[in-house]
Amino acid sequence: MREVAVIGVGMTEFGELWEKSFRELVGEAGIKAIEDAGIEGERIDALYLGGMSAGRFIGQEHIASIAVEVAGLHGLHIPSTRVEAACASGGVAMHQAYIAVASGIYDIVVVGGAEKMTDVVGGEATDILASAADREWEAFLGLTFPGLYALMARYHMHKYGTTQEQLAMVAVKNHYNGSLNPKAQFRNRITVEDVLNSQIVADPLHLLDCSPISDGSAAVVLAPLDFAKKHCEKLVKISASVQANDAISLHRRKVFDGIPAAQHAAKKAYKMAGIEAKDIDVAEVHDCFTIAEIMAIEDLGFFEKGKGGKAVENGLTELEGEIPINTSGGLKAKGHPVGATGVAQIIEIVQQLRGEAGQRQVKEAKIGLTHNIGGSGGTAVVHILEVV
Amino acid sequence: MGVARYWREIPSRYNLIGSKCNVCNEIFFPPIKICPNCRRKSIGKIEDYKLKGVGTVESFTIIRNAPPEFERNVPYVIALIKMEEGCYITGEIVDCEYDEIHIGMKVDACFRRIQQDGSAGAIYYGYKFRKAD
Repeated sequence: MREVAVIGVGMTEFGELWEKSFRELVGEAGIKAIEDAGIEGERIDALYLGGMSAGRFIGQEHIASIAVEVAGLHGLHIPSTRVEAACASGGVAMHQAYIAVASGIYDIVVVGGAEKMTDVVGGEATDILASAADREWEAFLGLTFPGLYALMARYHMHKYGTTQEQLAMVAVKNHYNGSLNPKAQFRNRITVEDVLNSQIVADPLHLLDCSPISDGSAAVVLAPLDFAKKHCEKLVKISASVQANDAISLHRRKVFDGIPAAQHAAKKAYKMAGIEAKDIDVAEVHDCFTIAEIMAIEDLGFFEKGKGGKAVENGLTELEGEIPINTSGGLKAKGHPVGATGVAQIIEIVQQLRGEAGQRQVKEAKIGLTHNIGGSGGTAVVHILEVV
Repeated sequence: MGVARYWREIPSRYNLIGSKCNVCNEIFFPPIKICPNCRRKSIGKIEDYKLKGVGTVESFTIIRNAPPEFERNVPYVIALIKMEEGCYITGEIVDCEYDEIHIGMKVDACFRRIQQDGSAGAIYYGYKFRKAD
């Protein structure tokens, strides 16, 4: 198996981008990534595009073909594949591309992720996102996506004493980080009171406990590490890429205080990279809801199960803290165009490791991790990246 | 979006029929074809099992922002319920005040209308839960 490096990154701004079409977003991110990589189009062997539900958000399926067209590569007939795993679509696309390069089948592979979510109105987005849950046995009965995480939040609060304020502090921190990120959807700072005074979506989760509906696209270029060594100045390699799945429905999993697939993926990823949780300098985790970040930092082994809320309260996950989490602003503030999220997380970590994260730069970040979740935990993808 | 009509034909929806693995004796709901504990050994050894419909609330949420089909029910309570047989079910809690609902509350299943296609479309029925005495 070959070692794999990230040689280029590019993303659009995240937010309500009504002036840009889906294909424009995919093109913009892709062009930035290949420019950053300094790669000619004809060197690209394959494309993978993460996308959750273009069919329902914009009425367009077959988006892999759109990606190859906007990249101007259709005449070369390279393979382009859409990958769907709900909100983990981007992470799974990364994993597939990693496998393709590591195996030696392809050399240069572009991974994209895109979603255009703001073109539907009212409860339509709620219903589309509910399709990441079990339609027959969860959504049919009226359970929404925030509702699923609300069930986990109440359980976590009951079992460990995690408080509403601690949940709110996740959002406050992520908005602060987002205020330092020019690509973020929300760059305003908020307070705990703002979160607690915002409308309740699904008790105990308030509106400001939830990531937004976003448009956006992200892309990265992967290459064999040996190629990257000759080609790049700042080398970032992928030292682990692990996907783990579980039952789609929460009730089938019987675990409500964490995500077993994420715990499994993290354990395998640390083994693959030959490191431990304490070696991670910076992480982007899937904070689709504030409780999700608290469960993530526990599932990843940064903090003991049940201690995540306290860790947030004590500032351990802030930019200057013990382990900075979601320096980009996370899904909460950077935005969450579902198909793009897993790829955008990789971009933030690559920028941190290259020392290009500007005001939100974590000092001497050498090893970073991304954690991307699909549904309420039916899919989990963990990547570990390292400065070479 | 409407719900696929074949769902109306799923018997488990009306009768709480799950599965029992006769190798490890675990009860499952919704029904399964292969036991996740026994896997291959369980093939051909799974049989229907009717749940008693009695359980305990493990967690719950009050939904205030709902998809179109449920908007007129807002707010409503959805819970994770641990059934006496050991499996968990997602379901709505009805017929009680919200401040009565708590983790550990005993509930039993009842047969109710769940949703319908628009104002004059097909009506879908299924299970909900209410406070047990």
